[in-house]
This record gives sequence, C-alpha cells and structure tokens, in this order.
Amino acid sequence: MQSYRKVEMTVGVFVFLGLLAIAWLAIKVGQVGGIGATGYTLTANFDDAGGVRRGSDIMLAGVIVGRVDEVMLTDNDHATMILRVNEGVKITEDAFASVRTKGIIGDRYIRITQGMEDSNLEPGSEIEETESAINIEDLISKYIFSGKE
Amino acid sequence: MSDISNVEQSGLVTFFGRMGRYAMRGIEQLGDGTRLGFHALSLLFVKPWQGKHFVIQLYALGVGSLAIIIITGAFTGMVLALQGYYTLAKFGSESLLGAGVGMSIIRELGPVLGAFMIIGRAGSSITAEIGIMRVTEQTDALEMMAVNPMQRIILPRIIATTIAVPLLVSVFDVVGIGSGYIVGVELLGVNPGAYMAELIAKIEMIDLNGGWVKAVVFGFMIGTICTYMGYRAQPTTEGVAKATTQAVVVASVGVLIMDYILTSFFL
Amino acid sequence: MIRGENLSKRYGDTVALAATDIHIRAAATTAIMGGSGSGKTTMLRLLSGLIKPTTGHIWYGDEDLCTISDKRLYALRESMGMLFQYSALLNSLNVYDNIAFPLHEHTDLDESVIRTMVSMKLEQVGLRGFEHLMPSELSGGMAKRVAFARAIAMDPKIVFFDEPTSGLDPISAGVITTLIRDTSKMNRMTSIVVTHDVEAGLAIADHVILMWQGSIIAKGTPDMIRNSDDERVRQFLEGRPDGPIPFSRSTTSYIDDLTHRPGTVRLEK
Repeated sequence: MQSYRKVEMTVGVFVFLGLLAIAWLAIKVGQVGGIGATGYTLTANFDDAGGVRRGSDIMLAGVIVGRVDEVMLTDNDHATMILRVNEGVKITEDAFASVRTKGIIGDRYIRITQGMEDSNLEPGSEIEETESAINIEDLISKYIFSGKE
Repeated sequence: MSDISNVEQSGLVTFFGRMGRYAMRGIEQLGDGTRLGFHALSLLFVKPWQGKHFVIQLYALGVGSLAIIIITGAFTGMVLALQGYYTLAKFGSESLLGAGVGMSIIRELGPVLGAFMIIGRAGSSITAEIGIMRVTEQTDALEMMAVNPMQRIILPRIIATTIAVPLLVSVFDVVGIGSGYIVGVELLGVNPGAYMAELIAKIEMIDLNGGWVKAVVFGFMIGTICTYMGYRAQPTTEGVAKATTQAVVVASVGVLIMDYILTSFFL
Repeated sequence: MIRGENLSKRYGDTVALAATDIHIRAAATTAIMGGSGSGKTTMLRLLSGLIKPTTGHIWYGDEDLCTISDKRLYALRESMGMLFQYSALLNSLNVYDNIAFPLHEHTDLDESVIRTMVSMKLEQVGLRGFEHLMPSELSGGMAKRVAFARAIAMDPKIVFFDEPTSGLDPISAGVITTLIRDTSKMNRMTSIVVTHDVEAGLAIADHVILMWQGSIIAKGTPDMIRNSDDERVRQFLEGRPDGPIPFSRSTTSYIDDLTHRPGTVRLEK
C-alpha cells in the first residue's frame, strides 16, 4: 500500500511530461497566442490577389515583417487585403506592395518595396501602389498571341 | 434406419452463410460493446469515486507505454526525415523537410502509430487481465462484496486510456519531430532554421486539433474494446488467449476506420 | 427469509432451471445437492443475485432481487458473503488485504480495528500469521480458508458456499465442513451450501434440497433424505452409476450409429 505513493508520483511526472509536450506543440508549432495579436494593420487593394490568403507572409527586403490577416472580395471585382505588420517596422507612404511567389511554384507572399518619401504610413492607412500577381498562363498566352501578329 | 445427412451444401452457399454469421455476430458485439462502454461511463460520476484505481491504471497503461512510444516516435521521425529528404531534394525543397515530417506525424502517424503501439502494449494486457479475473470469478467476488466491477475494474481503464493516449501521442509528436531534426539537420545538412521555421509556418491549429481529437477518440475506443473483449471472453484459458488476440485486431482495425472518418472531417 | 418463486433460467434453448419454487429458512444451513448439470449452481447464482432469472422472483423479505435498483442490491450485499469454488481471491492483494477488503470498502474503521478483526477471522480458520502471503503462494485448502475468512469478514447474515469441499483432500474438506457448521451456528447465519459431496452436505445441513435436471426432486431434513424411498435419491446417495439417472447420455441407438457410418459394411437386418 505504501508503494501507491510512488505510483502517484510517477503518474504525476508522466502527466506533466505529456502536458509539456502538448504545450510545446500548441505554443511553438501552432503559435497559439503568437504573432496573431501584435503589430499594426495596413490595407491594400489588388486587381488579382493571386491566391494570397490569411497567414501568408509579408516580406520587406527579403525579411518576414508580418502576415496577411484577411483577404476579401470588394465590389465584386477586386481584392482587399488587411496586412498585419510587426511593431517597429516603418513603411513609407509611397511604398508599393506586390504579390510574389517563392521560387517558381512556391507559396505566394506580399513583397513590400520601400519608396523615397520621408513620411511613413499610419496604422490603418492604405498602401496606394499595388502590383497584382504575375500570372504565368497570361504571360505565356500573351507571348504566344503577340508572336502571331 | 437412420440416415446420416449426406447433402453436400455447395461451397459458395456455406461461404456466404458463414460471412453472414460473422457479420451478425460482429454487429451484436458492436451493440453489446457500445452498451458496456456507455454503462461504464454512466458510472463516472457515481460515488464512490475510483480516483485511486484510475491513477493505478494510468500508471500501468500510460507510464508503461511511454518507453515504446518514445522508441517508435524516434524511429518514425528518423525514417520520415530520411525518406522525405530524398524526395524533396528532387524539387530543391529540402528546407520543407521539417514541415513534411511534422505534418505527417502530427496529423496521421502520431495518433495512428501511437494508438497501435498502445494497443499492443496496454490494450492486450487489459483484455488478458479482465479475462482472467472473469475466469477466476474475481469479478463475481467483487460483486458479492458489493463492489461494482464496472466501476472498479472497467471504468478506470477506459478513462485511463482516453487520457493517456493523447498525452502519449503528444510525446510521440515531439520525439518524432525532434529525431527528424537530428537526422535532417545533423545528418543530411538541412538548414536548422528552415526546418523549424517551415514547420511552424505550415502547421495550423487545425492539424494539431485534428491529431488530438483522433488521439482522444482512439483512446476511448481502445479502452472500451479491450475491456469489453476481456469481459466477454469465454471463461477458459483458450478463451482468454483468443480474446486477447482478437482485441488487438479489432482495436487496430477500429482505429484505422475511425482514422479515415476523422481525417475526412478535418480536411 | 429467502424465497424463490417460479424461478427458471434458460440459455437459448437450454433449460438450466425449470420453473421451481424454493424456500430458504433463516438462521439455518440449507444444502442444495445434485449431480453436475442438475441446476444447483444456477440456483445458487440466482439466489445470490449474480444472474437474473428468465422467469420468476427472488424474494428477500419483501424485496424482489429482480426489480430492486443496483444501489439497493449492493446495499443488501453488504450483509452477504460468498465462498467461491476456486476461492476467487483477488490476485493482486495479499491474504490480509483480501480478508480486509470488504472492511476497507464499506467501513470507516480505524486500521488497528480492522487488523484485530482480520486476526480474529484468521484465527477462526487457523491461518493466523499468514497475512503476508499472496494468493498464488497458497495451497488449495489454505486459499479456501482465506476465502472463508473473507466471506465472513463483515459478519454477514447470509452466506453462500459454492462447492466448498471440491478439490480438497479429505482433511481440508473436513476442516472446511467443520468451519461452515460451527460458524453458521455461532453467528446464526443463513447458509446456503451447494455441493455434490454427499457426506459433507448431509453432515452440515439442517435442510437438504436435491436437484436433478433443473428441478427439485426431493427436500427435507438430512434424515428424511437418508431414509428416502425415491430411487433417484437412493442412486445419488449411494453413488450408483445406474438407476433412474442414466449413465449414458446418448440419445440414439448404439447399433444404429455403428452400422450407418459411411465406409462400414452394412449388416443385414
């Protein structure tokens, strides 16, 4: 009957280990309570979102500086995105955002190229200049049909 | 003058007849087993609490399976890393190794392989234990001493497996991802930052939740199936042995079927 | 005190017990005897509530075992004890814990009090000092005695004995028989003993019930049974293979079976 103490303790350690594993998975990998809430938002409108969606990266100078929070269809003809940028990352007023692809067939992301202006965008404001996704099929068909003339 | 029947039934007819009988028996057992599972559950909140016996079972089943889970998790992660690397390398996407290993383990291999290992280690011992208790009338003795064997023997085991499997599967996940890291980064030269970063980027909560829901469901199934098969074993030595092997088979197949059903929900 | 009314038990097509009435007197020892397959074990399991009858009622006073709630059944069981044919000791507990089991479960008594009570029971069965052995380390006779001590641990009013002397050497059998008789008298227990040991049964019983093929064929005091004229009773008491209770269970003619096997030479009729 005394060995029950030992059993209890071992079970306690086991459960603790298991919960630790769960916590690591949830927090580190699933990023529960991670990037989600911090940073500030900017909006941007695109003719073609190119498949960018919630969670896609936002990169500036090749560094991930934020994530796309939301992609919505506006006025039934173009896409509006809410971009969540990390605190401390300043984006100039005349910067432009383009939809790019990682590698040739990789994931889509939003690439921000800084402009010349001194002033920076306030939280909640819009990135005016945007460049939509480059669509391989359009490019190819344009090339083929231009050759026909 | 008696006539020994010499009507030879066509092989096909007896074959279907036998299939039909198996199916009927299977369905009967399914109903009986489900009833037992819910009967046991209904005693969850009935006094006297069986906390102590639950802890003892958690030790036997959970802690007891920890070693095999760690070993299986480690080797699964390592094999995935090895196999995955050469496939990804063809597309120049080695950096995705972490994501590949992680996704496979968290969504499928962790819950399913983990469940299989636990079935073999803990499930079979549950069936055998309960079968033997039945054969030696220990469960009847408990009844006569006014202790409900459903509550004292069966319920703690079912609750223990339901709780232990998710914990063990999570350990499996962590060990698998970790050992995949060791093989991928140390042995094969994958970029360490990329391994973890891509893993974190590509895994979403729904993958994790799916894995955990599977683990809980599998745990409950394993507990219910193994206790049921032990309880209903024929009260002989062969009966218990047969029940033990059958329990492992039924539980494993059940896990696979449930896996498909749950995967289709989470996709 | 315990009354079975129109009890029967079927398993599919097999009738283990045909519709029977049975009356167990309080504070007395009743022996239920019969050959194997006579239904006596079924009767015991019905009376103790381990199985439910196909038809009929089992009255404990004015409560029917078949209709009372599980909770009430367990409450009743706290004043019952049972000695199983193979002892059914809990394998993972030692002798002390086995005997103390009902006390630990159902009473809040201090451990020292329980220790005293267990010692008393062990002394009664002659096994004081063996508290630390595990069931696997006990001989059949010792295990039976421990099981007996456990059955009476809570000083129950009603005790069931399932083949208490089976598998025991004559001395151990005698010990158990004496224990049952003396303890029943001392504690004024209602004892129900199922046995096919004629000697033991007649020795300890106040009242005997003889069963055959699922029905009661005789009942009375041991003397009445001993002096019975019923051929079946005589056959049982004297252990004769032949009599009203046939030795051969086969239902077809032997010659017919032999001559109709394929590949055998046909005999001219």
